[in-house]
Amino acid sequence: MSRLTESLIELIRRTSAEIPGDVQSAILRGLEQEKEGTIAKSALEIIERNIELAKRKSQPICQDTGSILFYVDCPVDLNQVEFEQEARGAVKEATRLGYLRQNSVDSITGKNDGTNLGPGSPNLHFHQHASGDIAVRLVLKGGGCENVGTQFSLPNTPLKANRDLDGCRKVILETVHQAQGKGCGPGVLGVCIGGDRASGYEFSKREFLRKLDDLNPDPKLDELEQDILKTANELGIGPMGFGGKTTLLGVKIAAANRVPASYFVSVSYMCWAFRRNGATLAGNGEITDWLY
Amino acid sequence: MTHNLSTPTSEEAVRKLKVSDQVLISGVVFTGRDAVHKYLHEGGTLPDGVNLDGGILYHCGPVVLKDDSGEWQVTAAGPTTSIREEPYQGDIIKQFGIRVVIGKGGMADKTLAACQEHGAVYLHAIGGAAQVLAECITQVRNVHMLEEFGSPEAIWEFEVRDFPAVVTMDSHGGSLHKVIQAQSGDALAKRR
Repeated sequence: MSRLTESLIELIRRTSAEIPGDVQSAILRGLEQEKEGTIAKSALEIIERNIELAKRKSQPICQDTGSILFYVDCPVDLNQVEFEQEARGAVKEATRLGYLRQNSVDSITGKNDGTNLGPGSPNLHFHQHASGDIAVRLVLKGGGCENVGTQFSLPNTPLKANRDLDGCRKVILETVHQAQGKGCGPGVLGVCIGGDRASGYEFSKREFLRKLDDLNPDPKLDELEQDILKTANELGIGPMGFGGKTTLLGVKIAAANRVPASYFVSVSYMCWAFRRNGATLAGNGEITDWLY
Repeated sequence: MTHNLSTPTSEEAVRKLKVSDQVLISGVVFTGRDAVHKYLHEGGTLPDGVNLDGGILYHCGPVVLKDDSGEWQVTAAGPTTSIREEPYQGDIIKQFGIRVVIGKGGMADKTLAACQEHGAVYLHAIGGAAQVLAECITQVRNVHMLEEFGSPEAIWEFEVRDFPAVVTMDSHGGSLHKVIQAQSGDALAKRR
């Protein structure tokens, strides 16, 4: 097995079994806020215990190990065909080892061959940069939270949402209300304002690469992020939709240019089991540093 | 209030449960999710050895590995989102005599009506808590339809001990999901 394959297996293992520190801190803050004796508190206590147990046993935090999304920043001379082959090998082996569930189904025949390999799985996004480093980030996104994502085309008459930031706010909060506990809240929203139907969702998911405690460099988007986080946590949906104060752990919003005719707001929902990690690799494939 | 529930489960035991009660389940639990519900609803028969009468159906697609001695080991087993089974669940509860459905995210009116009519409850396990819940599984008794449906969608037969869940839909028409949906809708209307 090559050094690169070994490194990617380790990245998959860590991502599946270990929650990022920024997410765990947000969950702990939620736990402190919920009232003693409530089912919301009890839910967050089980979640906290689960996080510790998964790390200790090196087993998946959640059995739905999700869509496998790699984001690779690479130098111009990286052989992307070879890299993708190595990544596929790593996914197959990580599945055999139980870091990933046998989670990929042929949509036409319904067959699950148990390898997690097939059209669109794993999903690799390459981005060339001027640096000589390879940075690989991985997000494992479960199906329950993926199913509650939304894409609105503004204006939206029933919600009285116009083509402005207030209209965006309305449809984003509507998504939180529609999701209730079905996306395994407390969740995190990744949002893209603008783009087309494909790039909108694509950009919304990239927001999950940001740390929860960072600030949006655009002051208007920063204000919208804080407003939605605060307002959503006043709705009383709570962990798992049980009621309570912790409905969202974070909101991250990007903007993309649009054509004049379109105004999409794409919202991706990430469950509390926010599995994201990343590493920089040396030219031989060895991990040199962890990114989260 | 915390109740202990064991299998087979009687109608009497289920009727005592009310929304927001916490429950610890011990006994035999069968998993079944999307493929199983569609199959049963289209007239499929339960495989030999699967009896859901007075039984517990768990919406779950676990991670299960075979160890060196050939025994199944569950390494992750939290609930999956239940609402996808809403078109089928009520009929399946009545047809097979199910008393308890475990899942996450809650279900809607058809299932709630079936719970009331037949005497069944919906228990909400903690979504994503795959390790805590896998620790409650003491034995994999069997697996059915593994070849047809694949591992996450197969019918796994688990022995569980003190598996924690919350009653969010009871047999008296109560649904925590309806209450929270309405309250949060009012709260949102004031903040639009």
